[in-house]
Amino acid sequence: MTIHLRLDPIACDGHGICAELFLEGIELDEWGYPIVSTTPIQARHLEHARRAVFACPKVALSLVDDS
Amino acid sequence: MSRVRVASEMRPWPTGPTGLPRLLRGSREEAVSFAAHLDTYGPSGVAGSRDLLAAIGEAGVRGRGGAGFPTVTKMQAVARGRGPKVIVANGCEGEPASAKDRTLMRESPHLVLDGIAMAANAVGAEKAFVAVERTRPASAEALGAAIDDRARFGEDPLPIQVVSVPGRYVAGEESALVHWINGGDAKPTTVPPRPFERGVGGRPTLVQNVETLAHVALIGRFGPEWFRTLGSDDEPGSALVTAAGAVARPGVCEIAIGTRVGDLFDAAGGPESELGAVLVGGYFGTWVPIADALDVQLSNAALRSVGASLGCGVVAALPLSACPLAETARVLRYLAEETAGQCGPCVFGLASVAEDMSALARGDAGRTIVEDLQRRSRVISRRGACHHPDGAIRFLRSALGAFPEEIGLHQHGRCRATSAKPILPIPHGPARELAWR
Ligand SMILES: Cc1cc2nc3c(=O)[nH]c(=O)nc-3n(C[C@H](O)[C@H](O)[C@H](O)COP(=O)(O)O)c2cc1C
Ligand code: SF4
Repeated sequence: MTIHLRLDPIACDGHGICAELFLEGIELDEWGYPIVSTTPIQARHLEHARRAVFACPKVALSLVDDS
Repeated sequence: MSRVRVASEMRPWPTGPTGLPRLLRGSREEAVSFAAHLDTYGPSGVAGSRDLLAAIGEAGVRGRGGAGFPTVTKMQAVARGRGPKVIVANGCEGEPASAKDRTLMRESPHLVLDGIAMAANAVGAEKAFVAVERTRPASAEALGAAIDDRARFGEDPLPIQVVSVPGRYVAGEESALVHWINGGDAKPTTVPPRPFERGVGGRPTLVQNVETLAHVALIGRFGPEWFRTLGSDDEPGSALVTAAGAVARPGVCEIAIGTRVGDLFDAAGGPESELGAVLVGGYFGTWVPIADALDVQLSNAALRSVGASLGCGVVAALPLSACPLAETARVLRYLAEETAGQCGPCVFGLASVAEDMSALARGDAGRTIVEDLQRRSRVISRRGACHHPDGAIRFLRSALGAFPEEIGLHQHGRCRATSAKPILPIPHGPARELAWR
């Protein structure tokens, strides 16, 4: 099972909560917008990634199952 | 079905015109009637039984809207979709220095319309649109007149509607066009779904540059072997390019793919003065220092060796008297202003690198300016919904690579330029729209 995060850059307004909840896979750029890692999420980080997805007020993040 | 195909493959193709031009054979002065078009090219034979997809695949034609994607691959993807399809001929030509699409639509509108009819046949489309910028009404007029003219002959197997689009750089991006035709703003949408999956009215939609379709019109007439008599194996055919900047007669020229940059400039009357660099591929393109530029061939294979690609076909000559950093800064600011305002890295990132580049061009940037620009370039790339920021960043990075000496001088507040006259055009006045609706 490989899962990665997808960001909808149009929906995203740089709220930034995602980077707090999923430090392992998201950092913010100097303008406050998330830089989302495109590599598959490790199983032990999946719970953090899920939290970020559900916390985004713009519903801009989603988990994509590539398997 | 398969028996028909075999029979059609055996039937020889009519002989096509030799040499150049292929696309621009009409009058430069007056509108070409459908009858005159038939005199020049013969019947399109769109109702014939040939396997057009196979012919387009064998011809190896690539898209002429900038990305150079193999046309048959996109057509096959659309053809595989469910239900009736839609075709959008992209005649927006948002590139300020480019004139090839509007020249084609004015001089050979029937070739574009023939290409739509053939593409419709190939992918199974029932409706088509031709999108043109509303800041250039002449294109819409030429196409409208041509469509009316053909209606009297019952030429087009499907309704073709001309749509006028806001004259903004990003409006010509394919998802923006689809969004506009569907009744939205002329701004890109999040992909997937891409237009070939779900486009106009939710249908699989083929978006193809108008020049690409004009080539399709000739491949459908004269066949793939004829198409391949110009250009190289990998990049066959002719191409419409725009010679811009410091040449005596700037304008559109039809070349065999692989023509030297120097030969294109000679065809455009030759350089007006000593040149310092050439911009290849328009405002998403690449600066090439003059030492490498004149001998390079205009094909993606050859341009790759200098980090460039054909893009939208603009080849602009920059005189030695001009400041390449000032030119880059002006274009970058224009591209930043042309953001659709939807994605953070595009809105804030492009504004920031445009400002940095302006500071560098003015000679009052800090010591770390080049590293700052490189770092921000990496951060911005591939983070927009569309490729607008990627194109702008590519252009910026090519300037950082091509002009190290000028950058060094500017960091010490100096500039070699002897003229402040702008070379690369930035739209203004009635040619510059700010609306998205
Ligand atoms: C910001 C942006 C602007 C674009 N503007 C145009 C345009 O004005 N005309 C055009 O033909 N393609 C334009 N394109 C490319 C289209 O999205 C699309 O790839 C093209 O029309 C496909 O046709 P082709 O495969 O025949 O080249 C643009 C792309 C981007 C990212
Ligand atoms: S990347 Fe820029 S131009 Fe493209 S959709 Fe986002 S904001 Fe608009």
